[in-house]
Amino acid sequence: MSKFSGLGGRLYRGETSVDFIGRRRRWYMVSSLFVLLSIGALAVQGLQLGIEFKGGSSFTVTTQSPSVTDAREAVEGAGVTGEAIIQILGDDKVRVQTGSLEQGQNDAVQDALAAKFSVDVSTIDTQIIGPSWGKEITRKALYGLFGFLFVVMLYLAMALEPKMAVAAIIAVIHDVFITVGIYALVGFDVTPATIIGFLTILGYSLYDTVVVFDKVRENTKSITSTSTKTYSQAVNLAVNQTIVRSANTSIVALLPVASILFVGAGLLGAGTLKDLSLALFIGLIVGTYSSIFIAPPVLAQLREKEPAMQALAKRVNARGGNSGEHSASPVAAAAVNGRGPRNQPKRKGRK
Amino acid sequence: MSTTNKPIKTTSRPGRTLAILALVLVAMASLVFIQGSTSVRLGLDLRGGTSVTLQPRIAPGDEGKVTSEAIDQAVSIIRQRVNSLGVAESEVAAQGSGTNRQIVISVPGDTGRRVVELVGQTAELRFRQVLASASGIPAAADAAATPAPGVSAEVNAKFAALDCTKAENLQGTGVDAPTDTLVTCDRAGGAKYILAPAEVLGRQISKASAGLDTQAGSAWFVSLTFNNEGTSAFAALTARVTSLPEPTNQVAIVLDGLVVSAPRINEAIPSGSAQITGSFTQLEAQDLANVLKYGALPLAFDRGEVQQVSPTLGADQLNAGLLAGALGLLLVVVFTLLYYRALGFVTVGSLAIAGLMLYLLFLLLGEWIGFTLTLAGIAGAIVAIGVTADSFIVYFERVRDEMREGRSLRTAAETGWVRARRTILVADFVSLIAAVLLYVFSVGGVRGFAFTLGLTTIIDLIIIFVFTKPALVLVSRSKFYNSGHPLSGFSPKSLGMAIAKEA
Repeated sequence: MSKFSGLGGRLYRGETSVDFIGRRRRWYMVSSLFVLLSIGALAVQGLQLGIEFKGGSSFTVTTQSPSVTDAREAVEGAGVTGEAIIQILGDDKVRVQTGSLEQGQNDAVQDALAAKFSVDVSTIDTQIIGPSWGKEITRKALYGLFGFLFVVMLYLAMALEPKMAVAAIIAVIHDVFITVGIYALVGFDVTPATIIGFLTILGYSLYDTVVVFDKVRENTKSITSTSTKTYSQAVNLAVNQTIVRSANTSIVALLPVASILFVGAGLLGAGTLKDLSLALFIGLIVGTYSSIFIAPPVLAQLREKEPAMQALAKRVNARGGNSGEHSASPVAAAAVNGRGPRNQPKRKGRK
Repeated sequence: MSTTNKPIKTTSRPGRTLAILALVLVAMASLVFIQGSTSVRLGLDLRGGTSVTLQPRIAPGDEGKVTSEAIDQAVSIIRQRVNSLGVAESEVAAQGSGTNRQIVISVPGDTGRRVVELVGQTAELRFRQVLASASGIPAAADAAATPAPGVSAEVNAKFAALDCTKAENLQGTGVDAPTDTLVTCDRAGGAKYILAPAEVLGRQISKASAGLDTQAGSAWFVSLTFNNEGTSAFAALTARVTSLPEPTNQVAIVLDGLVVSAPRINEAIPSGSAQITGSFTQLEAQDLANVLKYGALPLAFDRGEVQQVSPTLGADQLNAGLLAGALGLLLVVVFTLLYYRALGFVTVGSLAIAGLMLYLLFLLLGEWIGFTLTLAGIAGAIVAIGVTADSFIVYFERVRDEMREGRSLRTAAETGWVRARRTILVADFVSLIAAVLLYVFSVGGVRGFAFTLGLTTIIDLIIIFVFTKPALVLVSRSKFYNSGHPLSGFSPKSLGMAIAKEA
């Protein structure tokens, strides 16, 4: 641990520096690959939507001897045609999910299950979702998403800088895309609880990004009046200075989420807790990645286009190797890490 | 936000701030004690029960728009129906905003199917002639002795036996076929009626409004206008009953099978626009006008979601939620103690105070605004442990950064705060935006999550301002933390500094 905190000190003073900004192409490549994979998975497989979105009924019976065949017999006996999904949850629950049923049919299935497993009807946990309900909640979730992105962008533009807001939002969209893509790829069930998870990730992912950007702002407050660092170098220093913080906040945020996931999946089998925490768990990891590898390089790129920043970069370059040791320019940083020369031509090739 | 936004002077008096915090906590605790709220109100998913979410829509065959007033009216109709079950702590509420609101019905305990059947039907408005009326209490002997003309003995017996003081008789729904003679109560249960088959329907109303007659001593009245069909039907009805004896010259306005009002008809009304006068208060008049407007365009209720949770599952979910919370808290505490050593105690203390404050608020809000804790709410609170601890980390790392620049712990605790404060405010505010938007754009469980997330974010802000920071300042004055002891969390080694600074 103390070794790790010692690293924090070296990172802070710039003695140890990882070149996040200069190697942005590499991170962009990784992210584009994931985003493309996500789009592919969404297009090919689509999301595994829970009954909350399609409409349908779900009955969970708690019994000493859960059995899929018994449950299937009961459901078919109740006259339900069409596909019913029957699963054993934990060691004492069996869950039956059907398509949309009439109220009478719902009652019939409940009665049949109660008779089959000799339990009281009132102990069967039931969830019935109307067919149009899914559209309603999807629409609301989308409103929530766009509302959030818009308000947060405005807020960050005011509280930090407009370009920071843009970079932060790009990172957030990146997070949502990849998280949703993982869901499509793995085929996890998407329920309203998952949607809450997705929406919460937005806030979380931004927390880390805000911490980094706040440091960037501090480091670059009067950057144009000096000529020691380019904007990109200052951003890189900020990322390095805050990386221990980001790692810690992410670990601390992940720990409770992991414990919900563990308890939710382990003890309850399925339901709100598992769905919510799984989405959060994946999203948090992606969010931490983007707050370090995506948001700062995007910001640096946006700002480096400004004439003032270009002039600054010229001045810094004219001073030559002075800032070389802390430099975040691709050449110098790559040299520090000792594998730049090999990468140089390759990167040019990708242009 | 605005209260926590104020900067605390950097020449702070940590002792005083902490004392104020302690006072606030004691005050909250005594408030809880005075109100006698001993346990947090649990949602149906944690204690078992049925919840139904309905989406109000225009009834099939009608055209028009769902209005906000119509939804309010629908809520009160459904509340009337649900109350008839006589289950304590049943709730009917509209959630969401404007005309997109859903109606959420929660009934604890084992009433599943009855609730579902009860709430889904469209409530209709009808005008029926009164054939007989009496007070709501069953008065078998004398009521049976004076049978109303044109009423069968069977109906008369039913009328005599009807007890309007019983909740189940104020349910209304399902007894209101327009062609039947109806035996029913008024909404409040104070009177009962025998009513003739419906002659004018709610859909034949075209307009209704409440007005104030300034000339007649500022009396409130309700005026209503019928469409073509309604005009002739209402003209025929009023022409026939106006000369009849009491109470057969009254026309009852029946909503959802219950009498809302039964005005006497003073004259035939052929024009299609009528006024209902009486000793209305403004509220009563507006309520009646809303009932009539609702009747003109009754809403149908699409069943969005029905959830029945047995008490066993409820208890399981509660235990799982509490276990997950305890585990999450433990992990965070272990991590911060490992990483920050003794400094971690400030974090642990902050989390403990935040937890206590949250618990007290749950108790108080349960009492004040009927806050109920759901599984999603518990999840929100657990997730918030992370957010809360994040703020401490941002602050502590900042202080360590300051020390790396050569400041003493004492100075760093103050200068680091000034810089960390901004970051924390911006980051927490983003969390708050997320919570508020989630709350506004969602229904049911999601709202519970958003509510606790928002609440805990605010608590986080309060705690870091009035506990964590003053506590760190206090700590920074102590010898142990200044000594650079390896366990203090501020040792030169853990800061990555080669030279120890002066103690």
